[in-house]
Amino acid sequence: MSGAEKIQVKVTEVTPLNALVTRFRFEAVDGSLLPTFSGGAHTVVEMQDGGITRLNPYSLMSDPYDQSAYTISVRRDDAGRGGSLFMHNQVKTGDEMVISYPVNLFSLDLRARKHLFIAGGIGITPFLAQIHQLEHFNGHWELHYSCRSEALGSYADELSHSHPNKTHIYYDDQDQRIGLQHLLEGQPLGTHVYVCGPKGMIDWVKSTAEAESWPADNIHYEEFLAPQPGKPFQVKLAISNKTIEVGEHESLLEAMEREGVDAPYLCRGGACGQCETRVIDYQGNFIHRDHWLDDNEHASGEKIMPCVSRFEGKTLVLDH
Amino acid sequence: MTIQFNDESFRGDYTFRNSDWAIQRFPFPFHEDSYMYSVNMEQHRGGPKGSVYEQRFDVDEHYVSEMKDRALVLDQDPLRCQSLPHMTLAGWDLLELIMVSKSEDYPDLFELNRDGNRWRWVNKPLRIDHTFTFLDETTLPYGPMEYITRQAQGDFAILDQRDDMLWMDAGMVTTQADWSLDFDIGMNFFEWHAPVPKAHEMGIFVRALKFLLNIQQGAPARRLNWTMTVNPLLDTSPENYHKWGIQKTELTPENIGRKQHLRVELQTFFRLPRSNALVFPIRCYLCAFEDLMTVPKWGRRLHRVIRDLPDELATYKGFIDNRPLMLDYLSKFDDGLPTSLGIWPDRETEPPLQK
Amino acid sequence: MSKFDFPPSIRSRPIWSSLEARKGTAHLMIADAEGAEAILDIATPELMANSHIIHIPKGKSYSEHLSALNPAQLYEGPSYEAALPRIRRVLTDGHMGLQVYLAGTEGLMGQAMQEMMSAGIPHSAIQTEHHGSTARRMQCVHCKGITEDIETDPYQCSHCGLHLFVRDHYSRRLAAYQGVRVDAEDHGNIPEPKGIYE
Repeated sequence: MSGAEKIQVKVTEVTPLNALVTRFRFEAVDGSLLPTFSGGAHTVVEMQDGGITRLNPYSLMSDPYDQSAYTISVRRDDAGRGGSLFMHNQVKTGDEMVISYPVNLFSLDLRARKHLFIAGGIGITPFLAQIHQLEHFNGHWELHYSCRSEALGSYADELSHSHPNKTHIYYDDQDQRIGLQHLLEGQPLGTHVYVCGPKGMIDWVKSTAEAESWPADNIHYEEFLAPQPGKPFQVKLAISNKTIEVGEHESLLEAMEREGVDAPYLCRGGACGQCETRVIDYQGNFIHRDHWLDDNEHASGEKIMPCVSRFEGKTLVLDH
Repeated sequence: MTIQFNDESFRGDYTFRNSDWAIQRFPFPFHEDSYMYSVNMEQHRGGPKGSVYEQRFDVDEHYVSEMKDRALVLDQDPLRCQSLPHMTLAGWDLLELIMVSKSEDYPDLFELNRDGNRWRWVNKPLRIDHTFTFLDETTLPYGPMEYITRQAQGDFAILDQRDDMLWMDAGMVTTQADWSLDFDIGMNFFEWHAPVPKAHEMGIFVRALKFLLNIQQGAPARRLNWTMTVNPLLDTSPENYHKWGIQKTELTPENIGRKQHLRVELQTFFRLPRSNALVFPIRCYLCAFEDLMTVPKWGRRLHRVIRDLPDELATYKGFIDNRPLMLDYLSKFDDGLPTSLGIWPDRETEPPLQK
Repeated sequence: MSKFDFPPSIRSRPIWSSLEARKGTAHLMIADAEGAEAILDIATPELMANSHIIHIPKGKSYSEHLSALNPAQLYEGPSYEAALPRIRRVLTDGHMGLQVYLAGTEGLMGQAMQEMMSAGIPHSAIQTEHHGSTARRMQCVHCKGITEDIETDPYQCSHCGLHLFVRDHYSRRLAAYQGVRVDAEDHGNIPEPKGIYE
């Protein structure tokens, strides 16, 4: 069986936070306690959207030690493939859904003398759980959170209210910017920096920290890539002896699953490496979008991550 | 089920014995007539009724005596149990995992009552009845990992997961196959396996690491490993090797059946939820050659495996000097008949010894 | 001149490489004896302007050469132990981005690395370069005593007196290789000591 263990849940609250973000609360259908987790973990939510099964990862934002419910926050992406729109438009209180056990690809380094969190927009969610976790043990942390405007600053007020000395909010529309270089320069030895937000922000934090000579081991980031739409293409699966079509709005992994192929996965966002697949033959070009394979592997034509990467060309034969 | 606990020793007069029940359920580690390294992982979700695979943490007739032996080792050398400062949360994770598993799997032996963070733990075999506050170290007599692993058979290594690597940052190690926690604590997966011959070149550890990094909550895994020990000595530590090493030279054709033991480790792997660490329980089972030989299939197979094992492995496992003596003994139990696949004894279907 | 080619070994044995000047606003360089040469090799005025050099001569003084580099701070100490309070003081005020360079014997580099790691600097970010003696810092696995400057295998533990063989298995946490009783299975049969790399 692919993916993490599954949990049957019902939606017990749907709370719109602002024009873009809605929060969902899940409780176990049978009333049992949910597993505890570590801050930074995500769950994969299964959505039955017409004939399509969508599996989207969302960071768990609730207190990891609260086993009565999980909460996630979903930002509506009008240009996306439809997962967030499904959550916003279709999911109602009382609905039953299937979610995965928590999986953590963005965990705290518990050796850190200090945890420095840098969030952009909806990237705040994993930090909410991490802050809960650290607060249980009087952990040393500091948050710098950049959002578009006060109206769109999800959880900014709550954070500022509960942790006024540790929370720093920056609003784009008021021309407020994180003074990153200065911030990184002043950190004591043993600090770890964590960033979650848009790709541009992650790249900015990584490159600034590297320029400030931070060790790579002290820089952590979580970037879930949503699969991007693209031109349809055809794939031959050598082991199951099937030829399948990958549609414009589905990923290669989703197309394989639709055809009944049990392909391994965890994050579905190009990060964890579980779905790595061997290419047997190809004629054409890969559109690699993962950050699991390195540049040499991308260039080799020997491997592909079907959760986010695509193909354009005549033939593609995979070891599935 | 009710287990009759043995009163026995793993040192000095070595009164350790396996009952017929324990021999029948011994985790014989060879699924075919030869042995080479492999990752050989499988899901740890139960197994045949009564087997060592059935429960998450197997409890058997040696439980009480093994815990007494552990306490003795720790009295002499507290360094056998260590936890780097950032591993306390993982220790609580382990305490929770073991208490919940044992109270569910052996309700006649263990009870756990939870009222919020107020927990009452009853361990009947060890006569413990203790109320404490979960996640509050001041309410336990030891750190959480030490507290619970003084009540659980087998060694425990707790591995922190960082930067796509596992780091052995905590452990309780008193029944080990000749490795030192005090020396290895803080090492990464490749470093603490560094002394193992051949397996690095075979890519075993790269594959094993990839598998282990992806073990998820609620989906534990397991494998078997093995070595040889003269006398039923649990504490074959490097720390005490200057004392026990000499016992390896005391084998004779007359005493080998009784003294030589096959030592099997049931290794399991669980993702720990609160810390995202991985716990690696290493449960040691000992069985004397003469007891193994009561199962005809195991007699045939053990002879063939030991005979054909590469010298490097026999050296690493520390029995190269005793191998000729072992083979003289074991060959008497090998009549050349074929054996059935798999590790189980298959007493009903395998023929008795034909010589 | 004094560089030694260590034979290939197991995965736990440290691999010493070559120092290179890295960018950064603060540089801490710790070396003993001929390790000073590694610093001389990479020194530039720009690097030295932000460098704190700590050198333990062990009879091989490089004071003239090192002061000629004009580093921000230079300290020569009689022993690593004597230098340790100073090293800790530097680390107390250290900021992320501090670059660490260690050069010289395995014992010096290992112990300094221990100190850096406990200050929160990952070992992978610390540069090293071996120079001078190839003697090892050994831990007796039986009594836990550490014996410095071991050049032969087997050697005698300076604490418990057992004769120990010298393993390549190395602990960064202890900054030591492991010594195990050589005659454990044949008491009294102690092989003639040889050089570790003979």
